[in-house]
Amino acid sequence: MSLTNERIKQRLQEKFGEAVSGFEEQYGMLSFEVPNEMNLKTLQFLYDDEELKFRFLTDLCAVNYPEQEGRELAVVYHLHNLTDNTRIRFKIFTDIKKPDVFTAVKLFSSANWMERETYDFFGVNFVGHPNLKRILNVDEMDYFPLRKEYPLEERTRTDKDDAMFGRGGTMN
Amino acid sequence: MSRPVRFNIYQKEADAKTAVSMTEAPEGYTGDGFFTTKLSDVVGLARKNSIWPLPFATSCCGIEFMATMGSHYDLARFGSERVGFSPRQCDLLMVMGTIAKKMAPVLRQVYLQMAEPRWVLSMGACASSGGIFDTYSVLQGIDQIIPVDIYIPGCPPRPEAVLDGFMRIQELVGQESIRRRNSEQYKGLLESYGIQ
Repeated sequence: MSLTNERIKQRLQEKFGEAVSGFEEQYGMLSFEVPNEMNLKTLQFLYDDEELKFRFLTDLCAVNYPEQEGRELAVVYHLHNLTDNTRIRFKIFTDIKKPDVFTAVKLFSSANWMERETYDFFGVNFVGHPNLKRILNVDEMDYFPLRKEYPLEERTRTDKDDAMFGRGGTMN
Repeated sequence: MSRPVRFNIYQKEADAKTAVSMTEAPEGYTGDGFFTTKLSDVVGLARKNSIWPLPFATSCCGIEFMATMGSHYDLARFGSERVGFSPRQCDLLMVMGTIAKKMAPVLRQVYLQMAEPRWVLSMGACASSGGIFDTYSVLQGIDQIIPVDIYIPGCPPRPEAVLDGFMRIQELVGQESIRRRNSEQYKGLLESYGIQ
């Protein structure tokens, strides 16, 4: 019998109680939220538990929610149970003014580059990361381009007709 | 407003007698057993019909260039059979495709490794101006980092357009004074790009 979302939810609540929240299911994939400082505990539990066995870190990324005061940056962990072919994801939220998150490198070596990428684009400070520097963008870049306070467009260009390039619109 | 783009506007009429294309001799004075002309004309003639291109292809324009090199369009007809992959051997840098900002120093170094005289052809919207990639990670035209001789518009340009651009390069090469690279103007141009 393969692992059901209800069973995962039950195991998590048995272990962490009220700390785990925001359960939802989108397209059959379970998603939840844990407090910022509990990310490693959660990853470790999901890894070690003989029933859950989430031992593959598919992806690690961030989302910027500028309208949520005090929890502007979400770090999302995508996990895969290769035995039961089940996937889940969970989020932690952090303040954009002090975006400190514990690094998952000691648990998953693959988190190294993914955390560097997340740092590169969102400026999430992974505490304890062995080599936290830019990975995809040029080293001279002095901001975090995927934070929504910065425009997506190249600001140095002068010779193009804005109307032809959809400039001047808003996201909302 | 429409923005007409036309290629090959100086078409040659097809003619059985001129099916084998020969270069025309430069202007000069012909006598019995001798011929005098300007050195720069002869050098230009030799250079323009033996350009070694260096393809710097980063995306779909590069695919279009492969078609240009193939038998149907055949860039070899213009004396460029030999596509070199070492910048030190090549005369013409053909930049084809999106140049990300992280790629910019690489492109610049390739340009610096080429020996004078060198020419640069920028193919397609991305190389020429950033194209549709109006974004923080893409260089908005390679002319921000290296001087460009010819721009080919299009996204991607058809092989005909590449040939047209190439023939424009040939025109430039053939007409270039052999002293141009020593001129103050040229030095000033390189100076403006921070190249010694």
